[in-house]
Amino acid sequence: MSKPERAWDPGNPDRLYILTSTSDGTGKEVRIDLVTLIVSRTEGDPGLQPEHCAIARMCDYPLSVAEISAYLTLPVSTVTVLLKDLLSRELVEARPPVPVATVPDTRLLEAVMHGLQNL
Amino acid sequence: MDYRISDSPAGPRREDILPATTAAAVKVVIVGGFGVGKTTLVGTVSEIRPLTTEETMTQAGVGVDDLAGIEQKIETTVAMDFGRISINEQLVLYLFGTPGQERFWFLWDGLFEGALGAVVLLDTRRLEVSYEVVDLLEERGVPFVVAVNSFPGAPVHPMPELRAAMDLPDEVPVFPCDARDRISCRDALMTLMRYLYTLANRSPEPR
Repeated sequence: MSKPERAWDPGNPDRLYILTSTSDGTGKEVRIDLVTLIVSRTEGDPGLQPEHCAIARMCDYPLSVAEISAYLTLPVSTVTVLLKDLLSRELVEARPPVPVATVPDTRLLEAVMHGLQNL
Repeated sequence: MDYRISDSPAGPRREDILPATTAAAVKVVIVGGFGVGKTTLVGTVSEIRPLTTEETMTQAGVGVDDLAGIEQKIETTVAMDFGRISINEQLVLYLFGTPGQERFWFLWDGLFEGALGAVVLLDTRRLEVSYEVVDLLEERGVPFVVAVNSFPGAPVHPMPELRAAMDLPDEVPVFPCDARDRISCRDALMTLMRYLYTLANRSPEPR
């Protein structure tokens, strides 16, 4: 069997929101991944917009950006914009994902295998 | 199956809350064509009900010239289901079930970036969908294993035959998998981890 030619036309889609670069209060670049964990630093701020407030409220325990997007039924790109606002005002903290090189760290893999074994 | 959540106030259910000690996450991507069982697999091993994240894609219409400057845009909503497995008090693993078409991948910025690896879920009734997926993963340097989901009435191929048909390197694990069975799905993830482990031990220097 031989591989068929690429069959679809990928077209020329655009994302609705494009983020360039933003920084948090300390001026360093924050990259938000689907699995960046967000934790609130505040109980809520009366001055917050409803969406900001909803995020601050649901993140009293760590929650991934993907989960926030799912619970708010908002696209990840929109959630990312909201999170950058909250981060720049230091109302939430971001715990970045474990950095994974092309070949992951063996200790990390061992931990994951151990965790899976317990499933 | 529709797992869309609309009940209760926005946020995780009490039993879905991660411990405050959770310091970081890792992710694995489950890739496959439409209806191959990605969501089933995610749901089978996930500790939470699978959740859905959506992105809206717009596509500039063709032939705008004919319409003398009136911009035509087609909007499509693309959904991605995902689940979660707590590894320990500090670490959590997320599983994303992703459509096989590359044009959707970029919607979730960095979906493959930083992923441990991918499980390609293969439907023997539609092998052609997976050729593309395998090519794209190879291009992006994402390590993957191939899980063959068994469907009633699907042609049964011996694994070596599938490997040859898919033109897969000898080292890439190819194995049967039942997306409805928890142990089978867990083993698929274990196979990916073991494969990554051998890769990690083989090349000590990061690529």
